Amino acid sequence: MPTEILMPALSPTMEEGTIAKWLVKKGDSVFPGDVLAEIETDKATIEFESIDEGVVSEILFSEGSEGIKINEVIAILHTSDEQKISKSTKNKVEPVIESKPLIPKRKSEDVVEIKAHTHESETKTITVREALRDAMAEEMRANPNIFLMGEEVAEYQGAYKISQGLLEEFSNKRVIDTPITEHGFAGIGIGAAFGGLNPIVEFMTFNFAMQAIDQIVNSAAKTLYMSGGQMGCSIVFRGPNGAASRVGAQHSQDYSAWYSSIPGLKVISPFSSDDAKGLLKSSIRDPNPVIFLENEILYGESFEVPIDDSFTVPIGKARIRRSGNDVTIVSFGIGLKFALEAAELLSESGIDSEVVDLRTLRPMDTDTIIQSVMKTNRCVTVEEGFPVCSIGNYISSVIMQEAFDYLDAPVINCTGKDVPMPYAANLEKLALLTTAEVITAVENVMYR
Amino acid sequence: MPKKKMPVAELKKYYEDMLLIRRFEEKAGQLYGMGLIGGFCHLYIGQEAVVVGLEASAVKGDKRITSYRDHGHMLACGMNAKGVMAELTGRNDGYSKGKGGSMHMFSKEKNFFGGHGIVGAQVPIGAGLAFSDKYKGSKSVTFTYFGDGAANQGQVYETYNMAMLWKLPVIFVIENNQYAMGTSVDRSTKSPSLWERGLAYGIKGEEVDGMDVLKVKDAGDRATAHCRKGNGPYILEIKTYRYRGHSMSDPARYRTREEVQKVRSERDPIENLRDILLAGKYLSEQEIKKIDVEIKHIVNDAAEFAKASPEPSVNELFTDIYLEI
Repeated sequence: MPTEILMPALSPTMEEGTIAKWLVKKGDSVFPGDVLAEIETDKATIEFESIDEGVVSEILFSEGSEGIKINEVIAILHTSDEQKISKSTKNKVEPVIESKPLIPKRKSEDVVEIKAHTHESETKTITVREALRDAMAEEMRANPNIFLMGEEVAEYQGAYKISQGLLEEFSNKRVIDTPITEHGFAGIGIGAAFGGLNPIVEFMTFNFAMQAIDQIVNSAAKTLYMSGGQMGCSIVFRGPNGAASRVGAQHSQDYSAWYSSIPGLKVISPFSSDDAKGLLKSSIRDPNPVIFLENEILYGESFEVPIDDSFTVPIGKARIRRSGNDVTIVSFGIGLKFALEAAELLSESGIDSEVVDLRTLRPMDTDTIIQSVMKTNRCVTVEEGFPVCSIGNYISSVIMQEAFDYLDAPVINCTGKDVPMPYAANLEKLALLTTAEVITAVENVMYR
Repeated sequence: MPKKKMPVAELKKYYEDMLLIRRFEEKAGQLYGMGLIGGFCHLYIGQEAVVVGLEASAVKGDKRITSYRDHGHMLACGMNAKGVMAELTGRNDGYSKGKGGSMHMFSKEKNFFGGHGIVGAQVPIGAGLAFSDKYKGSKSVTFTYFGDGAANQGQVYETYNMAMLWKLPVIFVIENNQYAMGTSVDRSTKSPSLWERGLAYGIKGEEVDGMDVLKVKDAGDRATAHCRKGNGPYILEIKTYRYRGHSMSDPARYRTREEVQKVRSERDPIENLRDILLAGKYLSEQEIKKIDVEIKHIVNDAAEFAKASPEPSVNELFTDIYLEI
């Protein structure tokens, strides 16, 4: 029976082809794998093989024929095969996906009263460093599948002493020193998560995670989607992020915006001990890959933390650090230090600031930002990272789309400067964010 | 020819499994030509003996992970031809609901962990799977497949180091088909014996004739025994050959047609096993013909299924990004 040989699609972008050369002629016998013709595509000249056995009974285009559309019959093969496949049925194309509805503009009745957050249960004062250690220890006690790996986490007790005491309590089976090989151990951690464990991977700093970012983005974040929901990756990547002090350009970058742009990741950036502890516990329990961005300068700062071991903080919820009516200052992580200082100083000159601590960058609690802006009508964002494609840029766009009519002034983004971090003390000071800059920004949006 | 008489069922299974991959891939190539499969599509034709031989050494609980040339691995570990083909056509009944495509399929049930598109990235992940088995005290091993091209990626050697340091039960399978896309091993690799690189880390290994499924099976038995005893990783450098291009749009100007033809006619793993089956009187001509017809049926059914399956619902666009807590 006759089998039609069709012009094949030989590249993802090919629409038509040229028959550069026929390697068979009428009457030739062909077997699967025999080259029938050389086809010139938009990219290259490619050999086109037969997948059937038979005799060439007709050749419908001569050598050099150009512009033959994909799936046009170019030759006929006479086959004796009863298994001949049916002629191609055109791939049915469903209507294109409906676009997501435009973000609705908020109305005044949407405004709800937001109260500043306080702990109602008994608390104690501990450092961020202790809070992180306690979070890991408590979770490791509860779940034997949790382990910690990274450079210097075990014998050395952590390059920044975050894992102090963990080796002693949990043994080298669960607190594992790695060689200096970020790409490799990030991948091993991800594989262990696919294998059903709950790894905590410590990067000595997130600057070094650049070596591992392919594994984080391509393997950890995307596999659930690529597997149609089969293969989750419950893993926490944690470590200090952003500038420390006088360590130069390669050790002083804030990666908040980088990771926050990736669907499949959750991104946390806590400021205080209670949030560090509560959010790290939630991150370890979360079945998704979580990027947990700490800050070296904050490690030694002390805050109140609930004594109750069952205390956690939900991912994806912002926290009102200070209630106010005149302006909204949105920040996260180390940025809060400047935001809160600025708010305090501004209050002396009669400006009543509301300070929103995002805590989670992805998924971001934009509802809380919008609610606050609808009340204050002005907004300043504060972060340490670079200004281009920053977290503040994203917040500005959300406010513009959802609450444009409520704005009495353009949103101002306070960020680090658009330069690699300099080493010289005076230049570093200029490159970093300052409280004075936040105050100036607030005065500008207040038209003072 | 095997020295001693082998169980016919075993040989028959190797033949069926290799032929299924061959016919499946030919069909995939055809569907690509018809525009039913899009994007990248890397065929496994010529390399069938590698996965079929190694799967014969695997036991329940063992894991496998590979690169983007993954259709053969999925069929060999028992994943359904219909589900694989439907993923190739980007349909709802594919293993990833059409959201992964040729390069990204997974099966938790069959312990197949993908399907990875970044050259070499599956290597540390494979070691991590082995880490999870060792951590849990299981005797399972992980087959971590990669090509001669990936063998030059730095993360492979980062992984060798940690795998040996921590004695992880991982078998590194280098499928050396001699071409990394269009660059031959000779042009890309200073020390062409790839398995020997593991010796620097104290990892044992060997070179294997990948066109002979029985030799691959024997090597697989040695490797799995080594790993299950707690000796740490093992490297198999399996010399094989891909008949088709790197992907569908490969102009194949880096090697001659004669070179390909010579391997096909002299070393084809399926033809060689067919000769053994006939010469050793394991199976008759009729029995072999019957297998051929059955396989063709399976593949045609898979193709028809993959064409008939609907595209994923548009609602699938925003699902499977996060697992709910």
